[in-house]
Amino acid sequence: MVIAVTGHYGSGKTEFAINLALQRRGERRVFLADLDIVNPYFCSRERKAELERLGIEVIVSLGGMQIDIPALPPEILTLFEPDIIGVMDVGGDPVGARVLARYEKQFQKTPYELLCVINANRPETNTADKAVAYLRAIEESSKLKVTGLVNNTHLLQETDAGEINKGLELCNAVAGKTGIPLRYNAVDRRLFKQARDIPHLFLMDIFMKKPWED
Amino acid sequence: MAKELWKGNEAIAEAAVKAGCKFFFGYPITPQNEIPEYFSKRLPEVGGCFIQAESEIAAINMVYGAAGAGSRVMTSSSSPGISLKQEGITYIACAELPAVIVNMMRGGPGLGNIAPSQADYYQATRGGGNGDYRTVVLAPATIQEATDLVQEAFDIADMYRIPVVVLADGMIGQMMEAIEWRTPKKRELPKKSWATDGTNGVRPHNIINSLFIDAGDCTVQNRKLAKKYQLIEQNELRYEITGEAEPEIVFAAYGTTSRIARAACMRLKERGIKASLFRPITLWPYPSEALKAEAMKPSVKAVITVEMSMGQMVDDVRIALQGAKPVFFVGTGGGTIPVPQEIEEEAMRILGR
Repeated sequence: MVIAVTGHYGSGKTEFAINLALQRRGERRVFLADLDIVNPYFCSRERKAELERLGIEVIVSLGGMQIDIPALPPEILTLFEPDIIGVMDVGGDPVGARVLARYEKQFQKTPYELLCVINANRPETNTADKAVAYLRAIEESSKLKVTGLVNNTHLLQETDAGEINKGLELCNAVAGKTGIPLRYNAVDRRLFKQARDIPHLFLMDIFMKKPWED
Repeated sequence: MAKELWKGNEAIAEAAVKAGCKFFFGYPITPQNEIPEYFSKRLPEVGGCFIQAESEIAAINMVYGAAGAGSRVMTSSSSPGISLKQEGITYIACAELPAVIVNMMRGGPGLGNIAPSQADYYQATRGGGNGDYRTVVLAPATIQEATDLVQEAFDIADMYRIPVVVLADGMIGQMMEAIEWRTPKKRELPKKSWATDGTNGVRPHNIINSLFIDAGDCTVQNRKLAKKYQLIEQNELRYEITGEAEPEIVFAAYGTTSRIARAACMRLKERGIKASLFRPITLWPYPSEALKAEAMKPSVKAVITVEMSMGQMVDDVRIALQGAKPVFFVGTGGGTIPVPQEIEEEAMRILGR
């Protein structure tokens, strides 16, 4: 099956996609495909070697070079083969999600999930109405329906339980308006104590660090 | 006000809008594309105007025009695109017009690549185009500081009638950080009585010009500019010193590399080595006296400059210290980023430990 991870850029899609791929290891062969042709920095291709050591097969464009060319490698079609879990790290925004429409025929024949990552601290998705509008725009450009919501509300190192709950509230409102279920509450593992009672808790290790972060 | 998570490029564009910037003219180049993209959406909402020009050269000349008419105006680009703008910038400097220019530096020379770099330091701090002129150069290290400095850049530009360059690298443009919106300290800004904003049939014509055909006239203009630059050197110096009060090692670094050097300071502290970080926020004017004062502390054995270049700001560090303390350089060019470990190891090597 294919699990495509979309959302506003800066919502934390890549971090979530990496952690989701890691979690699904052991069930079947897990592939992570970097489909981000919008953003030139902070893409999962930067972590290819590290993730492959951890047992995920990583598909990147143009040998993983940092280059802003909208090219998709043919290996991405591997994700639609049977007995594989294929996680797609999709580019941000409706523009980034347009890449998915190129695989419309494959999606029709393959079970899939389209997860929409929401960070309530991004100004473009800080109300339920704005977040729903974003989600609908992503559906329109990807030609797919969102099947689940991911609350990934954070302020990087300044995140606390209040932030996570603020996001939970917003995502519940989005779920209420759309009927799309909230599937994951993504939380940095280091905040476990503050977040342990939150439903659908999904603890994440942080991979996309900045050069000065340990 | 609650904190929000912003991408550097977008935050810079919104900061300009908050500062009253009504016009943006630019041409796309990675890693700064979110700046024009944001303006294209946002400026019509505030009664402003965004134009994607046919080239960087056209864009900077549109800036020249809008600035001459007295509007708050901005352009942005990344390294090769900024090179193309240099002709317009020297005209704007000579004609004494306020404008803000953002450079999200990328790997060079030439077309280079889209990765972060700090190799346009010489170009930004020595004028960049032809003739004797300077631009104020502000170097943010965080997205918060970028939003603060971009707003203030418009005030500085208006105050001295000078182009102000905000010099950052692709990392600052592309990364996300939590920010809160703040307004700069209020300045008494002069009226733009020189602007070509219509005579209403009353006042005499204003003329915006950088052509001084008589050498004597041009010398007068050069002296006037030099006097203005002295004033800026007196009034606008900005820097930050962090770390140990009696350091053995002083790191000098700006922008992104200052954060990496800061991480190296913390690593050294764990090994019992005292280090401080001198971070210039204005690259021109350069805070030479403050750096010298820090380096002249008796505890200091060496100054290490850290840059994402093959060594440019290190020249200003040497000028500031005039041989008073040994100066070393750690850096990397072409779009790669130094890591805290290599800075730490260089410090240990210099200290002989």
